[in-house]
Order: sequence, then C-alpha cells, then structure tokens
Amino acid sequence: MSLKIAVNKLDHCRGRLLAPVAVVEYGDYQCPFCASAYPELEKVIEEFDSQLCFAYRHFPLRNIHPYAALAAMSAEAAGQQGQFWNMHRLLYENSAELSERRILECAEALELDMDRFATDLDQDELKEKVSEDFSGGVRSGVNGTPTLFLNGERFDGPPLYPALRSALVEILSETGPTSSTWR
Amino acid sequence: MDSHNSTIKILKPNIEAPDFCLPATPDQKISLHEFRGSPVVLVFYPADWSPVCGDELVIFNEVLPELKRHKANVLGISVDNVWSHIAYTQAKHLHFPLLSDFEPKGAVAKFYGAYESSAGVCSRALFVINGESMIYWSYVSPMGVNPGADGVLDALSSMPGSLAREGSS
Repeated sequence: MSLKIAVNKLDHCRGRLLAPVAVVEYGDYQCPFCASAYPELEKVIEEFDSQLCFAYRHFPLRNIHPYAALAAMSAEAAGQQGQFWNMHRLLYENSAELSERRILECAEALELDMDRFATDLDQDELKEKVSEDFSGGVRSGVNGTPTLFLNGERFDGPPLYPALRSALVEILSETGPTSSTWR
Repeated sequence: MDSHNSTIKILKPNIEAPDFCLPATPDQKISLHEFRGSPVVLVFYPADWSPVCGDELVIFNEVLPELKRHKANVLGISVDNVWSHIAYTQAKHLHFPLLSDFEPKGAVAKFYGAYESSAGVCSRALFVINGESMIYWSYVSPMGVNPGADGVLDALSSMPGSLAREGSS
C-alpha cells in the first residue's frame, strides 16, 4: 500500500518538506490508539529532528467517534491563527475526554481569538481540507487509525517508538543520512 | 507475509460468485442473488470483536457513501453468530449487514476459499461481484493486516458500466 498524495505544502508539516524521511500520519483525535501513539511519535520527531518531515492528516471515524470531526475542524481553525500544532497536542492530551466543551477549553487555553475560531469552525474551505485528507487516506489504503506512511509506504508495524525508530534508521541507512544524530 | 497460500486459493475474477443464503438477524436471511443487477462487496473478516477501534469494518462503514455512489451493497461475513453481529453492529454503528456463516461453520467462506481452517475463522478476503454475479476482483490480506478500502474502490471505479464512472465528474 502506498501513499497516493505526497507530502505537499497544503499539509501541516513539522520539519523540512525535503527532509530524507517523510512520515505521514492519518489520525483521529478521539481514537485512543492515536492518543497512545502521540507521545511515541513526538519522541521520534524530536530524535530525528532535521532528518524528518512529519505531516498530519485527518481521518475522523465519524460513526464511532462523535467529536472526531469537530476536533479535526478545531485543529484546522486553530491553524488559521498559527496554532495548529499546539491545538493538535492539546486535543491528543485530552483525547479520552473530548466533548464540545473540552474542545473549546483547548482553544481558550491557547488564547485564540474565539470569535474568529467559531467562524473558522464553520468554514467550507477547512471542511473540504478535512474531507480531502480523509478521501486521500482511503485511496492510499488507510486501514485504521492511526495509519502511518514512511516515505510513502504504509507502515504496518506498531506505532511505538522502538518499531518506528528502527524502521526510520533502516530507511535512512538506505537513503544516506545527512548527519548522524542516531546510531 | 503469511498470505501466500491464501492468495492461491481464493476465488479469482471471471468466476461466477457462489450464491448463498445466510442469516443477518435471528429472523432475516440474505441471499447473494437478491442483489443481482448491482455490484456487491463481500468483506470476509475473522471476528466481530477485534481489539482495534479503526478496524476493517469501521473503515468500510465510513466509506459507505462512496460505495453507494457506485450502487454497491456491502455485506460483512464472519463465523460469529447473529447475536454477536447484532451487538457489534450497534457498538460500531455499522450501516450494512453482517452475515453469520455460523452453521455449518464457515461453509460459505470455504466456497470462496476464504476460510482459515487452522484458526477456524474467515480470512481477510475481499470480493467485488458485478451485477451479473461474476467475481470482478478479489484480494486476501495477511491475517494481521486490515485491508483498507482502496482496492475495492479502485475495482468499482474500473468496472465496465460503472454508474459512477459514467455519471460522475
């Protein structure tokens, strides 16, 4: 299974677009497995630093997670005020207790302009972004949440630091890393 | 991975899909021939209660609107009994029927070559059947790996006479 839509400038990315490894996550803020994967991925992102570009795409499972779509929209709306990644963090930290109220509290904690946030939550362009993320994920073979793609290939291992680290080390040893912050 | 043997044995395209009649609830049975005239997606899967939330059936459930645009009907099939299916359907808010290949156990799955006798469950096999009851596409995934819905969608889009193909932008 391979990624149909390469990482591009419409994605929310951490790291350089041209980093040797691109990690794409399809996630759902109300999914407990994504919430457990969150700190594992953070560790990987920190360790691999400039070698890695991390992109997050929305894959809300609306039928089983009633606040997943709203959470995805709220991350996008926060993104309009330059706070996508902070909202992303808060949503995962509050994943088990997500509700409309909790999502608003996350936005307030970031001191967002709440009027603008409310308007953006209803913005068609942002809704389209979330649904395009979803359908692109389906076309790429997303088979659950979280689904990760490492340099375009679906990673079927567990979304845990040790497994991810060794997969990334292997990819970098093939592509030729540009520095050696890992062994 | 370990799908190699399964890959060999599942029914291939251009074979007529074996008809079946299986219970969906304690008092309702569903037959394949009822859907003649429109595509059918058969999703064989090992068990109702797998320990992941974003599992195979959940994905098909989310993609249902897109499958409906192709006029396709989705049927899930496992060896679980109807009571398990009812509870699972409610828990996951599934909007398509789950059929119980319970007695004789796995009989329909065996016809399709989608039965893992070592584990006593259906394998993760997918079939797209066209309106003339011919298998148009089939795929089996390793037991531990959920197939996504991409293969099914690609198959439906490429099916000759696909309504979505002719009618959509």
